[in-house]
Amino acid sequence: MSSKSISNKKSIGVVGMGSFGTAVANILAAKNKVIAYARRAEVVEEINTMHTVDGSKIHEDILGTQDPEYLCKSCDTIFFMVPSAAFQEVIRAFSPFLYPYHMVIHGTKGLCLNLPEGKSLEEVAKISRKNILTMSEVILKETVVIRVGCLAGPNLAKELSAGQPAATVVASRFNEVILEGQRLLRNDKFQVYGNSDIVGVELSGVLKNIIAIASGALAGLGLGENAKGLLISRGMVELVYLGNALGGSLKSFIGLAGIGDLVTTCNSTLSRNYTVGFRLAKGEKLPDILNTMEEVAEGINTVRLMKAFVEGTGMRAPITENLYKVLFEDLKIEEALQYLMKYPFSVDVDFI
Amino acid sequence: MGETYIKHKYDPILPQKDEWPVVKLSKSRKEFIRTVAEASKQSVLQITNNNIDLLKEELETTLYREKLRIKQNPWAVDPDDEQDFWRKVKSNLVQLSQDGSLNKTQKKKKYIEILDEITTRYAEEIASNFIHSHYKLTRRMVTYGFSRLLNAARVKGIKSIFSNQYTLQDKIQIVGETDQIRELASKGTIVMVPTHFSNLDSILIGWIISVLGLPPFIYGAGLNLFNIGIFAYFMNALGAYKVDRRKKNLPYLETLKTYSSEAIQFGVHSLFFPGGTRSRSGMIEKKLKLGLLSTAVEAQRANFQKGVDDVAGKIFIVPVTINYHFVLEAPSLIREHLSITGQERYYKESDEFSTSYKISKFLVKFFTKGSDISVSIGKAMDVLGNYVDTDGHSIDKHGRKINTSDYFKANGKVSVDVQREEEYTHHLGKRIVEEFHKINRIFSSHLLAFAAFQIIKKENKKMDLYSLLRLPEEDIEISYDSFKATCEKLLEEITELEAEGKVQIAPHMKEGIDKIIDHGLANVGMYHAKRPLVKNQDGNIVTQDLSLLYFYHNRLVGYELEKHFK
Repeated sequence: MSSKSISNKKSIGVVGMGSFGTAVANILAAKNKVIAYARRAEVVEEINTMHTVDGSKIHEDILGTQDPEYLCKSCDTIFFMVPSAAFQEVIRAFSPFLYPYHMVIHGTKGLCLNLPEGKSLEEVAKISRKNILTMSEVILKETVVIRVGCLAGPNLAKELSAGQPAATVVASRFNEVILEGQRLLRNDKFQVYGNSDIVGVELSGVLKNIIAIASGALAGLGLGENAKGLLISRGMVELVYLGNALGGSLKSFIGLAGIGDLVTTCNSTLSRNYTVGFRLAKGEKLPDILNTMEEVAEGINTVRLMKAFVEGTGMRAPITENLYKVLFEDLKIEEALQYLMKYPFSVDVDFI
Repeated sequence: MGETYIKHKYDPILPQKDEWPVVKLSKSRKEFIRTVAEASKQSVLQITNNNIDLLKEELETTLYREKLRIKQNPWAVDPDDEQDFWRKVKSNLVQLSQDGSLNKTQKKKKYIEILDEITTRYAEEIASNFIHSHYKLTRRMVTYGFSRLLNAARVKGIKSIFSNQYTLQDKIQIVGETDQIRELASKGTIVMVPTHFSNLDSILIGWIISVLGLPPFIYGAGLNLFNIGIFAYFMNALGAYKVDRRKKNLPYLETLKTYSSEAIQFGVHSLFFPGGTRSRSGMIEKKLKLGLLSTAVEAQRANFQKGVDDVAGKIFIVPVTINYHFVLEAPSLIREHLSITGQERYYKESDEFSTSYKISKFLVKFFTKGSDISVSIGKAMDVLGNYVDTDGHSIDKHGRKINTSDYFKANGKVSVDVQREEEYTHHLGKRIVEEFHKINRIFSSHLLAFAAFQIIKKENKKMDLYSLLRLPEEDIEISYDSFKATCEKLLEEITELEAEGKVQIAPHMKEGIDKIIDHGLANVGMYHAKRPLVKNQDGNIVTQDLSLLYFYHNRLVGYELEKHFK
């Protein structure tokens, strides 16, 4: 793909200017013109007049817009970087302007519940794979775009913005999407790996959030590195089992987006999921924590979905199940930990 | 899609045979073979990366395999000069590798010449030999012969053999999107993809195509069928091209795919049985063979590349299901299936279609007794599985018109990307399977077989499939009342599925449960020596052959109906 010769080179689209979206837009803008979509007028205004988002400097070649149609017309490749709670809604807003020639890469870590009309998770209690959509599956369901990819890996937005070295995975069933992602994102400080198992990579990014909450809780209890090592390793086993049951492959889980991201998130006090766990362990209640957080902790929703999925399939996932009880049924963290320590794990690793 | 069966005969959409794409193709047969041979050569060169060593290796492998085939597995249909041809290839290859006087470019040129000879030979061999007068004769024979038999059987007395009270269309009902396929066939190119349960299917489909007034379709038929003289005549008459499953070498496979792709680009309507072979389990095909399907995707891209953006260059995929109460080959198919999937020993039985005596016996039975067949024509799709309107425009799920060419574009231009097309083919395969399930028509016999087998399975919960199938049939008896209750409940579920557009139901299923059960019992696998389901003297339901019951039961697998039996 030699694009330098093309004179009327199209811009690259970024939808959602949260911390991660802004970091990616900056990386993209180093090589291409970028059009960024934000929902709120004042954010667009700030981008276009001050070249900042939330006061932090961004690349001058980033143009802000509130108009999905304009963005879709101007860009062949679009990055969707919106939180999972808003993902479906945003995709629906863009859908009328997306065509089969578009390539869409998303960087959202979350799952979407897909229930028959008028039902809620409380009513059904048990769900199966077809009731769960990964974000790429939401795109395929809601739009006509078929060349879909995702971006996942240990990519803390603050570190990316500071220009620290990092790497990411672009996953897609289409080689051309992976190549396009690499071409657009790669630079001296940002390595981009490819993976064809998009669902596995998406699941890695989603399921690790469960373990991140647990990791925060351990820290909040004042436990040390032994406990953390134990958690990460047992968490990995659980991630692999759940991930396989949802259709991802082992290879992806032990890759950058899986174990790489897991280690980063479990050690990072910057992570929202970690913070939720930490504050829980300090004795706060979930509703109070949520009320005082600016951005959503994806892991909470993931725990709810996975608990219903586990019940629907008859699997066991001790960490997820106990975390669910802590979050929603007032089980004390100490008791949950007790339970896990007594749980008869007999084999260390039995999935390879 | 109403409940009325289509009974009138359609006018041909192209009355003049000279306008038929297949006739045009046979007129320019020579140039066409040249095109195919050349394109196949190019694609082999591309696959071997234009690397002379790889090409040499590929040629040597081909030579080795062909010699082995000639020695170990010769067929009557094989041409006499085969030995000589491959001997010549061998001596050319040997000479070339020893010749030190040639430089690299000259050598490469020589190797490409050898490849060219091979692909040309293969293209010749594969090419169909459509002869219009033969086609006409065959069509008349089939229609005439069938309706004579039918009338003799139904209207009493031997004199009635010349009665015209019943036509084939009373026996074989056509439902679904018939007008759309006619419309689209006159505008673009059709690729019809039917389910495949019986050897009768290809004759049946050929007849359907002609009833619908469509010009003949070409299709790939196993070369083994050409071993028998009379079959060869029919196959040629119907526009079949030859597929030799013994040849698995790269140049052959490329030539075969290129032939299909070029024919589609030429505008000839094609027929693929995407399941590859007959469904052995009796289930609707779940995994399709993607090789031929990929040629439809490739041909579509090639048309776009040539700038043919309008409907004339568009390819329409039309799924078709053929619904039977009875599959003649069921006993051998299911046993083969079980012996492949299970570890247990199952004795293979001979193929019922092996002798012409058996075929005629079946045909007489088929026409003299009342087992009906229905053929559902599905909605046409583009090569990405989007539905199309009658003008051939692709419509996305939001009802918006879209350009299929957009799928093949990167940076605003149509581009070739083999991996992308593989994914698209995969996607198309999935869409076809979905459509198969939607247009599948449920008969009383399917309902009964499914209910009965699931009841038996539930009563023997702890057994795996293979132990279950080895239960002695004498020990199985289902009380009529509980059978009826189960069928009623199942029918409700199926009716719900129909309301959601997930399946279709034959009209005879609307008649009240007792009638449906009677109808089903009379029809399910009706000509088998051992019946899958019968009523015994006490009025209860028993089976004479569990494996057969399993086969007919499988027709309803894939709708998640099993969950009601837990």
